[in-house]
Amino acid sequence: MTDAPFVSPSSPAAAPDGRPVVSLSDVAVAFDGPPVLREISFSVAPAETRILLGPAGVGKSVLLKTVVGLIRPLRGKVELFGDDITHMPEENLFPLRARTGFVFQEGALFDSLTVRDNVAYQLIQERVADEEIDARVHEALKFVGLEQTFGMYATALSGGMRRRVAIARALIHHPELILYDSPTGGLDPVTSNTIIELIVKQRDVHETPALLVTHRLQDAFALCNHRFDPEENRMVALPEGYFNPNTTFLMLEESRLIFDGSLDELVQSQNAFVREFLE
Amino acid sequence: MALNAIDRTAKQIVLTVQEYSLFAGRAMLNLFRPPIYWTDFLVQSDIIGFGSLPIVILSGFFTGGVLALQSAATLSAFGATAVTGQFVSVTMIRELGAVLTGIMVAGRNASSIASELGSMVVTEQIDAMRALGVDPIRKLVTPRIFASVVMLLLLTIVSDACGIAGGAAVTVFLNHQNGTQYFHQAYEHLRYPDIVQGMVKPLFFGYILGSIGCFYGMRTTGGTEGVGRSTIQAVVTSSVLIIFVDFLITHVLLTIFA
Repeated sequence: MTDAPFVSPSSPAAAPDGRPVVSLSDVAVAFDGPPVLREISFSVAPAETRILLGPAGVGKSVLLKTVVGLIRPLRGKVELFGDDITHMPEENLFPLRARTGFVFQEGALFDSLTVRDNVAYQLIQERVADEEIDARVHEALKFVGLEQTFGMYATALSGGMRRRVAIARALIHHPELILYDSPTGGLDPVTSNTIIELIVKQRDVHETPALLVTHRLQDAFALCNHRFDPEENRMVALPEGYFNPNTTFLMLEESRLIFDGSLDELVQSQNAFVREFLE
Repeated sequence: MALNAIDRTAKQIVLTVQEYSLFAGRAMLNLFRPPIYWTDFLVQSDIIGFGSLPIVILSGFFTGGVLALQSAATLSAFGATAVTGQFVSVTMIRELGAVLTGIMVAGRNASSIASELGSMVVTEQIDAMRALGVDPIRKLVTPRIFASVVMLLLLTIVSDACGIAGGAAVTVFLNHQNGTQYFHQAYEHLRYPDIVQGMVKPLFFGYILGSIGCFYGMRTTGGTEGVGRSTIQAVVTSSVLIIFVDFLITHVLLTIFA
C-alpha cells in the first residue's frame, strides 16, 4: 500500500483543500440552435480527478473546451486558476492555457511534425535549448512508453500511440490541470488499459488535477479502484471495496448536469438515467 | 418568405465581411507586436514564392508571346509593328504581369492555404495549438499573408521580365523583326508611373490571396467535405477580388498620375 488515502464505499469522500482549479457557475453553451449545455455548475479542486460521464453527443467535449476558453459560453461564469475567463480576450487566455494540458479525442497531433517536435511544441515556441528539449522529450516519451518513436512522423503512429504521444505532449510542460477528452475512445482493451495506467500514474505520482471525459464505465471504475505502485512501476488494484477519494464523478444528460459526487454516491444514486447508464 | 431570405443572406454577407476585416486586420497587426515567427515566414516564402516560380515563368512568357502576336497583327495594318516592344512591356508591367501572377498564385496558394488550415481545423489541430498556448493567427496566418505579399511582388517582377522575353522571342523568331529595336522600344517608353502601377498592385493582390485563403481555411466546418468547400471559396473569392481591386487601383492610380 502507498501513503495515499483510500476510503471504503461507506466512508464519505474527503473534500480536497484549497481553491478550485476550475469553477463553472450556471454555464450555458449554444451554437446556432438550442443550447448544447445549460445550467452547468461544478468545480475541480487541487489534486482532484473528475470523471465526466454521459452518452455520446451529450456535450462532454464541448464542456471540456469551455473550461479552457476554446468555446465561449452563452451565459454563466467560467473560472480557470482563479481567473474569470468568461469574457477574457483570446490573447490573455494563451498564458493560462499554457498552464494546462489537453489530450484531444483523436490526439490532434500536428501531422507535418515529428513526434519529437509534437511533444516539444510548447518548448520550441518558448525557444528552449535543443539539448534540454531532447532530454525532456525523451523523459516524456519514456513516461508513456514510446521512446522509440522520437524521430517518427505523427502520421506513422497507430491510434493508441497517437493518444500516448498526445498525453506526453500534454504532460511535458508539467501542467497544473489536465483535460482528457475520451482518451480511450475507439481503442482496444489492452491499449485502453495502458492509457488508463498513464492517467492513474499522473494522478498518483504528480497529483495533477484532471477532468476526464468518457462514456466507458469500465475505464471510469478502473480509475477509481486502482492506484499506481511506484516500486513495481505499474497500476495495481485497490483492496475490494476501496476507492480513490479524490476521483469523483459528473454525469451529463440532455445538456444538463444530473450528477455530481463520489463513486459511492454514484452507485447508490436513484436517478433513473444514472441507473440506466450504470446497468 | 422571399424578403426574409434576402434579409438573411444580406446579413450573412455583412457578417462575413465584418469577420474577414477583423481577421485580416488582426493578422496584419501581429507584424508589429512580438513574437514574430520569422522561420515560418521563410518557410512560407519558399512554398509560396519559389514553389510558384515555374507557373509564373511559363504563364508570363506565353502571355508576352501572345501579346506580341496579337499586337503585331493589328499594328501591321498601320505599319507600326516597330512599337510591339512598347506595347508588350507597358501592358505586362502596368497590368497583365500583376493580375495574371495574382490569379495564378491565388489558384495555387489560396487553395493550398485554405485546405491546409481547413484540415487542421477539422482534425482539432488548431484547437490543440490554442490549448498549448500558441496563437494560431500569429503562428499560421500572419506568416502566410506576409509571405504572400512579399513573394507576389517578386513573382510579378519575374513575370514581367518573362513576358517581355516571351514577346521578344515571338518578335524575333516568328515575326522576324529586329530584337534590338524591340528592347529599345520596350525600355524607352516606360515611365515611372507605369512601374509604380505594376509594383503597387501585387502588394494588394498578395494580401488578398493570403488573407482570403487563411480566412476560409480557419472558418472551415463540416469535416473533409467542408475542407473542399473552403478551398473552392478561397480560390473563387480571391480571384474575383483580385480583378475587382485591380479595377479600383487602376482607376485611382490613373487619376493620380493623370
